[in-house]
Amino acid sequence: MGKTLFEKVWDTHEVRRLSNGQTQLLVDTHLIHEVTSPQAFGMLRDLGLKLAYPHRTFATVDHIVPTDQQTEPFADPLADAMIKELQRNCAEFGITYFDLASGHQGIVHVVGPEQGITQPGTTIACGDSHTSTHGAFGAVAFGIGTTQIRDVLATQTMALSRLKVRRINVEGKLPPGVYAKDVILHIIRLLGVNGGTGYAYEYGGEVFDRFTMEERMTVCNMSIEGGARAGYVNPDETTFEFLKGRPYSPKEHEWDEAVARWRSYASDPDCEYDDVVSIRGQDIPPTVTWGINPGQAISIDDRVPTVEGSPEEEKALVDEALSYMKLEPGSPIKGTPIDVAFVGSCTNGRLSDFVETARYIKGRHVAAGVKAIAVPGSQGVAVICHEMGIDAVFREAGFDWREAGCSMCLAMNPDKLIGDQLCASSSNRNFKGRQGSPTGRTILMSPVMVAAAAINGGISDAREVFGVHILAEA
Amino acid sequence: MALKSIKRVKGRGVQVPGDAIDTDRIIPARFMKCVTFDGLGDYLFHDVRKNDDGSDREHPLNEPRFRQASVLLSGSNFGCGSSREHAPQALYRYGFRGIIAESFAEIFFGNCTTLGIPCLGLPKAAIQALACAIDRDPDLEITLDVELAEVRYLDQVSPATIRDSARTALVSGRWDPIGDLLEGLDQVHAVASKLPYMAT
Repeated sequence: MGKTLFEKVWDTHEVRRLSNGQTQLLVDTHLIHEVTSPQAFGMLRDLGLKLAYPHRTFATVDHIVPTDQQTEPFADPLADAMIKELQRNCAEFGITYFDLASGHQGIVHVVGPEQGITQPGTTIACGDSHTSTHGAFGAVAFGIGTTQIRDVLATQTMALSRLKVRRINVEGKLPPGVYAKDVILHIIRLLGVNGGTGYAYEYGGEVFDRFTMEERMTVCNMSIEGGARAGYVNPDETTFEFLKGRPYSPKEHEWDEAVARWRSYASDPDCEYDDVVSIRGQDIPPTVTWGINPGQAISIDDRVPTVEGSPEEEKALVDEALSYMKLEPGSPIKGTPIDVAFVGSCTNGRLSDFVETARYIKGRHVAAGVKAIAVPGSQGVAVICHEMGIDAVFREAGFDWREAGCSMCLAMNPDKLIGDQLCASSSNRNFKGRQGSPTGRTILMSPVMVAAAAINGGISDAREVFGVHILAEA
Repeated sequence: MALKSIKRVKGRGVQVPGDAIDTDRIIPARFMKCVTFDGLGDYLFHDVRKNDDGSDREHPLNEPRFRQASVLLSGSNFGCGSSREHAPQALYRYGFRGIIAESFAEIFFGNCTTLGIPCLGLPKAAIQALACAIDRDPDLEITLDVELAEVRYLDQVSPATIRDSARTALVSGRWDPIGDLLEGLDQVHAVASKLPYMAT
């Protein structure tokens, strides 16, 4: 019987079984950033340990960097101390660091693929739950805690329990105006925020076969929001095409060998999954969240749920969400006024997100009273956007065009909501307080839907705002 | 490198009710601007415990009768969201030594185990019964028996769930895996040598 990609990767990376039954798993690629790594280096120093494979750890700075003015020292002394600490740790332990001056800095999950560091059939770990993004390349990628970062630094391994694999097929075609973000929001809405516990999600089917790498990354990115520790797509020609010629991709004769190896990791046709879920692409609507977790999502045409109309076991959480979000139960979500619009993050801060959004905002303007910001996921994305004139389109439409970073996805830098502002956001989490204000409110959606909301001043159906026939030509 | 065996944890309890309490709620991101974990306990559940002016909001952790609690009770999918170890670190530094919930998010569960904080699963009804008992008597002693996978208080014995690997690690004092991982370094090199990109 054949094996899944997950099984193949696991088996080639299993070092040994530990006394508690977990696996000591080799981590090929370790990505670090300034927020979750400093304590790990502290632990390493306390134990007098060195790095086992320093050339397999790559660092960048993303969470705390200001996006308006990036000259050091930063105005925030705490942020400045963190970036200096990362600099010191990388220098002391011999780690490649894509810093602000490198031209390659950005959100760690944008930088890895951009540099060709993220490769099929590899194991990847990073102290960030959205590490599942890298699964888009057919890698098995885990978000880890700080103590595990220490483990990976010191041994290039970590202790982990094997996951089951759920195949999620999305068949057919997506309707015009429905994006990768809608696909993952729909999947989470269907399977629940903890439906993926114990699983890696393998995404496939015609919709994924046709998806670009960036679309696959958007879906894999939010696997964790569905409770799945990892999510991946089998590597194919689209994957290899994306990786060809990137700085860290294999070169010359090594390229063909690498492609052959990568191809061999794809799930076998006769492999057996622990679970299979099939969804029809045509059933997926433009999807928005209404509540305080990514599973609390509805179609743009739906009404905000009521407590009475919700299943018994969800009533308390629906009630909590409604009162936090200050939304009228039973009323249409469409038309809900917004204060802020955010396009960016490791979910939707890539080149195609800005290119696609720019097509529709060109010649239009953000509604009065709405603060709109666009934050490229990396310096690389920013440079190409500039060359293509995309940044100018955003600026002319009334967006603030910023420098690369995580920005308002989690608001560890100065980009924050104020009071109970409501934000139409292309990011990944609508948790209470997530965007920096304890009472701030987030509605998650695709970047094009964020643009529609920004231009209309309220939650809108991009198909209506921009014209479904125009979207269909995309 | 065996550490202290954690067979059971005893202490007073407090319930922070709700499902899907995420790690942003446990420790808001802005308090992660630090290079050590020291002092994180002060910001535990900050945004639901404090008003903008720094005064206390109504919250179980602000009630003096629960100030001594070292066992936390909550709902399902506790600790979902961000992988930040700052969340279990904040809980530990605040004084929590064990957590009981209907279910736990996976990364959070792993992070807690690595810090020696047992996370035991109980059905909703059993958690409610325990919460009522705590409400009647905040000084009630609760035992989280990791070895037997049960929660005990008064004359109650509730069977609990905990993943075998976590139970073994806690009970055998090998919950911090670094010693085990270092012991395997020769085998690590052997496995890595088969992968071309691992070579220096």
